[in-house]
Amino acid sequence: MTNISFNKFYRQFNVLSLILIVVSLVFLIFKGLNYGVDFKGGTLIELRTTDKTNNISLIRDSFNQMNLGDVSVKKFGNETDFIVKFEKQNSNDPEFIKNIQNKLSSSIGDVDFRRVENVGPKVSSELLKSGIIAISLSLAAMLLYIWIRFEWQFSLGAILAIFHDVIITLGIFSIFSLEINLSIVAAVLTIVGYSMNDTVVIFDRVRENLRKYSDIKIFDLTNISINETLSRTIITSVTTLLALLSIYLFGGEILKGFSLAMILGVIFGTYSSIYIANPILVALNVSQRTIVKEEKD
Amino acid sequence: MLYFSKLRIISVIIFTIIFSYFAFSNFIKFDDKFFSKNINLGLDLQGGSYLLLEIDNQPVITQKLQAKIIELKRYFKEKEISLKNFSLKENTILFEASDNEFENVKNILNDKESDINAYYQQYKSHEFDVSENGNFFNLTYSRYGLVLLKNSSLDQAIEIVRRRVDEVGTNEPNILKRGNDRILVELPGLDDPNRIKSLLGKTANLTFQFISQNNEESFGTEKLSFEDGSRDAIVGKRIILSGDNLIDAKPTMNTETNETVVSFSLDRVGAKKFGRATSTGVGKQLAIVLDGKIISAPTIREPIISGSGQISGGFTFQSATDLALLLRSGALPAPLNIIEERTVGPDLGQDSIDAGILSLIIGFLLVILFMIYKYRTFGLIANLALVSNLFLLIGILTLFEATLTLPGIAGIILTVGMAVDANVLIFERIKEETKNEKNPIIAFDAGYTKSRTTILDANITTLIAAFILFFMGSGPVKGFSVTLGVGILTTLFSVYFIARLLTSFYVVRNKDKEQLL
Repeated sequence: MTNISFNKFYRQFNVLSLILIVVSLVFLIFKGLNYGVDFKGGTLIELRTTDKTNNISLIRDSFNQMNLGDVSVKKFGNETDFIVKFEKQNSNDPEFIKNIQNKLSSSIGDVDFRRVENVGPKVSSELLKSGIIAISLSLAAMLLYIWIRFEWQFSLGAILAIFHDVIITLGIFSIFSLEINLSIVAAVLTIVGYSMNDTVVIFDRVRENLRKYSDIKIFDLTNISINETLSRTIITSVTTLLALLSIYLFGGEILKGFSLAMILGVIFGTYSSIYIANPILVALNVSQRTIVKEEKD
Repeated sequence: MLYFSKLRIISVIIFTIIFSYFAFSNFIKFDDKFFSKNINLGLDLQGGSYLLLEIDNQPVITQKLQAKIIELKRYFKEKEISLKNFSLKENTILFEASDNEFENVKNILNDKESDINAYYQQYKSHEFDVSENGNFFNLTYSRYGLVLLKNSSLDQAIEIVRRRVDEVGTNEPNILKRGNDRILVELPGLDDPNRIKSLLGKTANLTFQFISQNNEESFGTEKLSFEDGSRDAIVGKRIILSGDNLIDAKPTMNTETNETVVSFSLDRVGAKKFGRATSTGVGKQLAIVLDGKIISAPTIREPIISGSGQISGGFTFQSATDLALLLRSGALPAPLNIIEERTVGPDLGQDSIDAGILSLIIGFLLVILFMIYKYRTFGLIANLALVSNLFLLIGILTLFEATLTLPGIAGIILTVGMAVDANVLIFERIKEETKNEKNPIIAFDAGYTKSRTTILDANITTLIAAFILFFMGSGPVKGFSVTLGVGILTTLFSVYFIARLLTSFYVVRNKDKEQLL
């Protein structure tokens, strides 16, 4: 078993986390998130050109001539693949997409539309709403579960750790203007589950040790518990990250955002179960009495 | 914990074999339907179109309210109660009653038994909410009345949508209700949804009306423009015949003019009406109106009593085919708007499958190698559990014919990464126990027992996330929650039955060795 003094750095890392959270919140409030068509409405076209000399600015120019509102063009994996997004969506006109394809073919040569997504304003606002509800609901469900299983001090620690992970992950998405779409919501929910999972494993051990050692203070007790579960924490994080890395590198462009969000979430989730969840137990002065009281009830 | 009865061993083995078999059945062709189950591929993997349609019920509401006004007028006329100033504003019927009739009218409107409230007798609630404003009555649709109206127009619309999609003959379309004013249409394998979109976008309300020559029609006139936008015409409001009376329509070639036309045949009532109208109207122009636009307006040369006719309008063969299809499948009760569309081409779908499988294999190998490196023999056991976990997971998805999407594949890979967690928790616990306990059988037993609550806690939290995602998520994301959720169940099975079985075999055989783990 390892014997690393994690608890020596509780304060420093708490300050670091606080800074990260503040920075994330500042970005989330003032810069906001880069919503994809799922949540903003509009049209997304993934296209493949036959002419290799086509570049982003050429494609953007051709789209700009079509009066489609704000157009954004990005490379998407291959040299010949591009993602084009614009505000206008007009799925009621059956010729809408066809016309764009025809105009495009005449200006930049043959193009293949590999994927088209067209989301109306009503649907996108509904999707956004249900995404927010899903995330809030999962947080509430986690809170409820851990409240039933542990004492309130533990619940608070676990929930703050989850908030920490979700805020920082979304903050990073805001800072780098990474796109938020439906699959990111799925990633955030999974992060919530994973972060909770990781925290619960350490908390279970803290509770067990509280019963075992009545004379050790919570400050050292958390450190013992972290060390006892450390090799599990590392192995599970590594295997999960290996799987995610494989999705990120080989799973294709569509899953890139999803796997990136998950990778960030796993890293921060592992970190927060050590450096957020445990210091909160210390701050709340959890002792043997905290759990003994529960057992009497 | 390490003891297994024979029965249990056999059932674990049989269970695993059955589901692994289903997993493999995806790759083998069988003639028998039961044995050749397949995972359904989502639209993002096999390519296809997803359309979400919303009914615009406003025209139906206006129409029904107008009908209601006529009904009210007739009803109160029979009762010899005079009402005046009937009007329709913002979906509200307004009319005025005189002072001495006011209470009487109010009682009739609120009477559950009166003939004007036929709806109440059927559904035990009022179709309209009645409010008063001076001597004016305001009638608006009640909540229940509106729900019923929306449901019935949705039922009709879904039937028409199904007919139109079936007529085009796409591969296993999926047409579902969503809420009370939406229809979801999934068209697997459809590369170009334009034709279906244009077919679903048309209400296909066909009417035959005379072109008015001198504005003296008894039903009034309206100005309509021609389909090609070339000109307008004044058309009598009287509807000679509507699409309801059509029993068949097909594209044909008119041999005289060498033009593609749509020929139709009418039912008996329609044929009679048409015959009467055309015999009195010889020399007049008959406008053929589709969704408020005139397709063509031929001059009647002789009465048409055969109950069949032709519509010409400069059609290409394709447009004639589509018009015939629309007329055969009937008119929609209200216009449909496409509010969401997602189309994935088949080659992108195939690319996604390839990328998904590649990353699954690589992720799987990385995890397996890491586990062998960390735990040696027990790593092998955990890996065997992982392999059977994967088979079980795919087997269950196959058995229930779940839909596999790209995020669903990501969920499987993630399950591979997280599934080892339970075995790791157990192995680490056993290591700790071994320090104080010399007898390996007792140490292993304690390891399993003491880690159980932690493992349950940890997996239940992920299961909660998967559940919420399943109920809130849509489309591909739902596929992710399914694989993630089922993955947790198969993980627990593979850890507590398969891995534990193998562990107990190994430990009992090697109990005299030093340092098993």
